[in-house]
Amino acid sequence: MKISSLRFFATLLLLPACFGLAAGQDSNVIKIVSSLPRTGSARGQTDTIVNGIVMAIEEANHRVGAITIQYEDLDDATAAAGQWTAEKEAANADQAIKDPDVMVYIGTYNSGAAKVSMPKLNQAGILMISPANTWPGLTKPGKGDPGEPEKYRPSGKINYVRCVPADDIQGVVSADWAKKLGLLKVFILDDREVYGKGIADLFQAHAEEIGLKVLGHEGIDAQAQEFKPLMTKIKAAGPQLIYFGGTTQTKAGQLVKDMLAVGLDAKFMCPDGCFEDAFIDSAGADNLQDRALVTFGGLPPERLTGKGAAFVANYQKKYGKIPEGYAVYGYECGKTALEAIRRAGKKDRDAVRAAGLTIKNFDGALGRWSFDKNGDTTLRTMSGNTVKAGKFVFMAVLGED
Amino acid sequence: MLILIQQLLNGLTTGTLFALIAIGYTMVYGIIELINFAHGDLFMLGSFLALSIVSSLGLENAGTGGAVLGVILTFLCSMGFCAGLNFIQDFVVYRPLRNAPKLTPLVSAIGVSFVFMGLGQIWKGVADINFPDVIPNRNLLPTESLRFTAKDLLVILVTVPLMAGLTLFVRFTKLGKAMRATAQNPTAARLMGIDVDRVIGWTFAIGGLLAGAASVIYGLTINTVSFQMGYQNGLYAFTAAVLGGIGNLPGAMLGGIVIGLVRSLGSQYVGEQWTSALVFAILILLLVFRPSGLLGARTREKV
Repeated sequence: MKISSLRFFATLLLLPACFGLAAGQDSNVIKIVSSLPRTGSARGQTDTIVNGIVMAIEEANHRVGAITIQYEDLDDATAAAGQWTAEKEAANADQAIKDPDVMVYIGTYNSGAAKVSMPKLNQAGILMISPANTWPGLTKPGKGDPGEPEKYRPSGKINYVRCVPADDIQGVVSADWAKKLGLLKVFILDDREVYGKGIADLFQAHAEEIGLKVLGHEGIDAQAQEFKPLMTKIKAAGPQLIYFGGTTQTKAGQLVKDMLAVGLDAKFMCPDGCFEDAFIDSAGADNLQDRALVTFGGLPPERLTGKGAAFVANYQKKYGKIPEGYAVYGYECGKTALEAIRRAGKKDRDAVRAAGLTIKNFDGALGRWSFDKNGDTTLRTMSGNTVKAGKFVFMAVLGED
Repeated sequence: MLILIQQLLNGLTTGTLFALIAIGYTMVYGIIELINFAHGDLFMLGSFLALSIVSSLGLENAGTGGAVLGVILTFLCSMGFCAGLNFIQDFVVYRPLRNAPKLTPLVSAIGVSFVFMGLGQIWKGVADINFPDVIPNRNLLPTESLRFTAKDLLVILVTVPLMAGLTLFVRFTKLGKAMRATAQNPTAARLMGIDVDRVIGWTFAIGGLLAGAASVIYGLTINTVSFQMGYQNGLYAFTAAVLGGIGNLPGAMLGGIVIGLVRSLGSQYVGEQWTSALVFAILILLLVFRPSGLLGARTREKV
């Protein structure tokens, strides 16, 4: 009894090892992994991104030529943190690097997370495609902090591309939109994080350029529970608009509530980090009604045309609901990954990486676009949205003039 | 000038909230010299219960009469729940450790804090949740340049009687007398025929009662709850208790109000991002020059 059960367990232990070896040696299998915050309040968005990736791969029947495509969905968040953590993101990158089948890494969702995994994946030569990173410094020389983006490219080659327009565009069009809406006196807040402060600074620079009156700019403590004193102070300055560079996770909802609590009747504009249902849930639908102005790097699902509209229809058929804003970027990243593998035509990390950067005039769900020399998309279309009856409602196309 | 008054009002309302939680810390410390780190998380669980009650009753759409009754019911449930949970916590975790070295219950308290946080996370998830707006945000003052809303009034209406009641309770009732005796010297109290364990149990229950009240007020006025709120509020409340002189009831109340004022005035005149730093800088300065806190008596050496 004892010996036989021992043997049984030994076999059990060996089985996956055998499969692992077999998979590792198969030259016809390429693995795509994604690393996104799958736990916590970004879950709603990342669910639809993953659905988008899965749809792109399923439409290709898991094949590119003779190569079989496998997909693995990694989580870079922990339940305790409620959002992404540097340790988890680094571990995901290491896992991808150690697996010889992994040729493409789709991620990350947060720009801060990309800073962690980019140099690692760069040295391994793995193509990284982000559906959601918007910090300009990740790709654009001179638009971020000193040393960016070179410090993410220790190998000297570029391995990172993104399907979403960066914040140097979003910050600028947000300020233009505010002016167009006649909101000329603005108070700026940010959450003192890479993404939030970055976009708030860009907003401020452009706002001053086009003649908006910036009444002040303050950083908030995202751990604080309420902001009534801050809002009392802002109310005295009399703004028509509060611009918040931050996300749902860094208290955008509470800011709106406290703004109303002190009787400050102004509009509240925030970037794509708040373009998710979790923002409406945490702020309260009534509080956002016609007050929230949320910019988003692309068109909302119901405004997409051509292949994009087909994607939305298929998505609804498959999952039974309208995709959230980022789903189409997940889909586009999946398509881009497959296109890079097709162009490379072989199982070789450097070939896939180089092929990814050559993608030009790609006819995708977002329209016809190319990657430029930094790995940025040439798309510049943004949309402005508001909230009505607890749903995001499209207001205007931005950045097309 | 109006701004200054407004910020004083802001500080006073959040300060009394901190004070209510701080009392739970200071009472338990006063009686068994334990810093009960789980107190903030107890407060969080109380607010989750309040959220469940308020949303299941649909109070935001009930009429004025229904809302008043519902809010009273919510207060009673959350206060009872927190009092009971705190009592059980003492019975299960701290009572067996009564004669253990001081560090043992302290570390256990940190453990309980994590357990409560984990429970909260399973209960309501990790995202911030909107607490329905039951109390109207209407200004009660005739001028729009100064605001004192129904929410602010609620805070004062609940906290002031509770604190006054507690002070009278500790000063004039038999149980209150037993508490003071136990705080002064547990062994002597026991020799005088006081059931020390029962008194300690009651102390936990009363601390929990106040945390429960604070949790409902928090939900109704701040309108956001999350499983992590216990940590931040607990930290401020604990600071308030230390600032006022830990173990001292009026000290905890004063400490809470001081912290509320430092936060609001700091935000107005120094800058929002410095408010937390300011609170702790003041704490450090105070402890350097007055180690026993604002109202704390000089600690007697216990033999």
